[in-house]
Amino acid sequence: MTAAEPVTLVVNGTEHEVVCDPDTPLLYVLRNDLGLVGAKFGCGLGLCGACNVLVDGHPVHSCDTPVWAVAGKQVTTVEGLGSDGRPHRLQETFVEEQALQCGYCTAGMLVTAAALLEREPDVDDAGVRRALDGNLCRCGSHNRIVRAVLGARPCGR
Amino acid sequence: MTNPSIQNNPRPDRWLTIRSDGVVLVRSGKVELGQGVLTALAQIVAEELDVDPSRISMVPAGTDQSPDESYTAGSMSVPHSGGALRAVCARVRALFVAEAAARLGVPAESLRVSDGAIGAPDGPGTSYWELADAVALDREIPDAVAKAPADYRIVGQDLPRLDLPDKVAGRRRFLHDLRPHGMLFGRVVRPPSRSAVLMSVDEDAARRMPGVVAVVRDGSFLGVVAEREEDALRAQAALRSACAWEEEDSLPSERDLAAFLTSAPAEETVLADTRGDGGAVAHPVRARFTRPYLAHASIAPSCGLALWDGDRLSVWSHTQGIYKLHASICRSQRLAAEQVVVQHVEGAGCYGHNAADDAAYDAVLLARAVPDRPVQVVWTREDELTWGPLGPAMVVDVEVDVDPAGQVQRWQHDVWSNGHASRPGPPGAPLLAATHVASAETALPAGDPPLQNGGGSGRNAVPLYDLPGQLVRTHRLTTMPLRTSAMRALGAHLNVYAIESVVDELAVLAGIDPVEYRLRMLTDERARAVLQAAAERAGWGDGTPGLGIGFARYKNRGAYCAVVAEVEAETHVRVRRLTIAVDVGLVVSPDGVVNQIEGGALQALSWTTKEQVRFDARTVTSRTWEDYPILTFSEVPPVDVVLLDRPDDASLGAGEASVGPTAAAIGNALYAATGLRVRALPLTPENVVAAMDD
Ligand code: FES
Ligand code: FES
Repeated sequence: MTAAEPVTLVVNGTEHEVVCDPDTPLLYVLRNDLGLVGAKFGCGLGLCGACNVLVDGHPVHSCDTPVWAVAGKQVTTVEGLGSDGRPHRLQETFVEEQALQCGYCTAGMLVTAAALLEREPDVDDAGVRRALDGNLCRCGSHNRIVRAVLGARPCGR
Repeated sequence: MTNPSIQNNPRPDRWLTIRSDGVVLVRSGKVELGQGVLTALAQIVAEELDVDPSRISMVPAGTDQSPDESYTAGSMSVPHSGGALRAVCARVRALFVAEAAARLGVPAESLRVSDGAIGAPDGPGTSYWELADAVALDREIPDAVAKAPADYRIVGQDLPRLDLPDKVAGRRRFLHDLRPHGMLFGRVVRPPSRSAVLMSVDEDAARRMPGVVAVVRDGSFLGVVAEREEDALRAQAALRSACAWEEEDSLPSERDLAAFLTSAPAEETVLADTRGDGGAVAHPVRARFTRPYLAHASIAPSCGLALWDGDRLSVWSHTQGIYKLHASICRSQRLAAEQVVVQHVEGAGCYGHNAADDAAYDAVLLARAVPDRPVQVVWTREDELTWGPLGPAMVVDVEVDVDPAGQVQRWQHDVWSNGHASRPGPPGAPLLAATHVASAETALPAGDPPLQNGGGSGRNAVPLYDLPGQLVRTHRLTTMPLRTSAMRALGAHLNVYAIESVVDELAVLAGIDPVEYRLRMLTDERARAVLQAAAERAGWGDGTPGLGIGFARYKNRGAYCAVVAEVEAETHVRVRRLTIAVDVGLVVSPDGVVNQIEGGALQALSWTTKEQVRFDARTVTSRTWEDYPILTFSEVPPVDVVLLDRPDDASLGAGEASVGPTAAAIGNALYAATGLRVRALPLTPENVVAAMDD
């Protein structure tokens, strides 16, 4: 454990300074210091994806990423997925497909899928499943989530 | 069907407030568990009152204002709360129309309601909003006729779910997300094993850690409260390593669970007995089915939030039963009912009695040490998988005698299981921490709801088929090594698996197609219709290998559901496709029903093929997603749901209907694919191999 000190991080395009132990998991800084509660605690062990956020465009588990590790990088949370006040296309297709029941897994799914579509805009069904295999959903919304992701591709469905 | 929701809460003002600003506040005692129920109820209200759904505001349930509708469970929310709201809204509408008629000096029959405006075509008018202050709802009002389903415009349509915009935007919506002013973070150090007793703990190191506000110890209950979440977690770890526990073995052998279940002391209940003399027996069929303990395994660990303000206590919980939790807290804390308010806030998906209530009580105990500051407790993933109530392990023995002509002469079904209900509320079902404090309350072994309420261990144990000579019994254990309670579909999971497996076996013995064989034993038209619809949609009989079917009517009086599974078995059992036909009576939200049916089917697929709570002589050892794996994206097959439309029949609830039939269809498909009857769940490679040896 290290003493609390000022840590600077850039989240959804805005620079923030928080005072905390730099080993604090990014998830707690987002949820408790920055008020960005979209990313969720599910396991704290990197095994469920509920806490996923993007760091320089790549999905990471914010539950086991210390906040010092994102210094100088761009962090994107579900709250920052949209742009110009408009929701991300995935946020629309998730509602259209009712791609959730409880929605606790949703933020992690959305950011992971957003990174996937950036990387592979014409990904297919199997590719979506592969990319989301580390994101757990207990409500059984999987097929709807896959449909929502496919529907958000630039080419549509 | 009697409806306890309206019987217990007859006054309309319990349910509705019609405001002069054009808003209708609706209070249901049922809670959102991720099943979309609030949207369905809003649709029913909008329909019956004739107002635009956008005017409806669903008030989250709280014991200070909501009708007491007991638990949100058993697929009864739309039947009970929806039925009550429909009746209440029909009465309220009639009352407003009568008032309008009196004021306008026209006959009530000439008036129409449209989005709350009341008037005659081309005549003068008024509205709910204008009359809101003049019509008294704080009294019982006369019955009125509800709309005919043929006139529905909103019920039966897919309305966007009310909770989705917040959830896709990541807005503060879950209990876990609340951060009331001054909130502290609480964490509990659970005992290392089931009967462990805390002998001593050195609290000093934890107390001196930065941010720690309080360490709470009461008997074997130990927790910490801190300013920051990471402080609480560090202090929790420090406390854990500063404890001395006395432990002993208290659990049966996991390897021989069936022997334990069938030999432990138990209470026998006969659910059906139509035995006659029986005739000549040509083929006896004897089969034993087992399932292990199962975990709820919600994606969020349970959470509770509590605030003590003098001798008043506020609690926020994702419980299924705000009033029951309220009663438990009042009893354990010796508080009068009016000192405590329990407010529902959404949690992650809830599939039965999970640890939500326990987490709420943890927060109550920790917050007592820091008056005037709210304390939020979040369980660890490990505690969620190990200390939450479990779905009971079960054994089902089926014995059938078939005569030389292939007719069933005798059908016997015995269930051994711990009870499936230990929900909070009554004494004897204390919240977890109340069993760890110094003045500990004792948990009685879980009970079973009576069959007329759907049963517990014996849910769906009585076959719906015309089978003569039935003897159906449950043997509910009167000792409870691991705490068990209600989990989606209760005993129906294994009971339906067993019945449908044996029926399949009989069809093969008789040389009759399994769908045809079932149809011959079913007279209920609606049962036959779902079987035929599922078979037809799945291409039954067109030569696709590895198809199996499963059928049940949930609780024998709820929704009808038939499932065809397509299975492939090489190194492990892989379900390639599920085709489901379901009849839930009147459908309020079609896509909501399909979502529930899919969700139930995929959860059943996960239980049936993968899941198993592991334990040693002292405690549960499956603590993480690595030891308790659940279905992942690459294992999820396409699920095709056919919804049979029955607008003139009562709504039956959808959350649990597909569980038993899906499990059964997978088992029967595995037989079709491999020739093996695997009767020990889950259908892991080990259990499949063991079935080969039998
Ligand atoms: S909470 Fe981070 S992976 Fe589960
Ligand atoms: S929607 Fe509930 S966990 Fe995915």
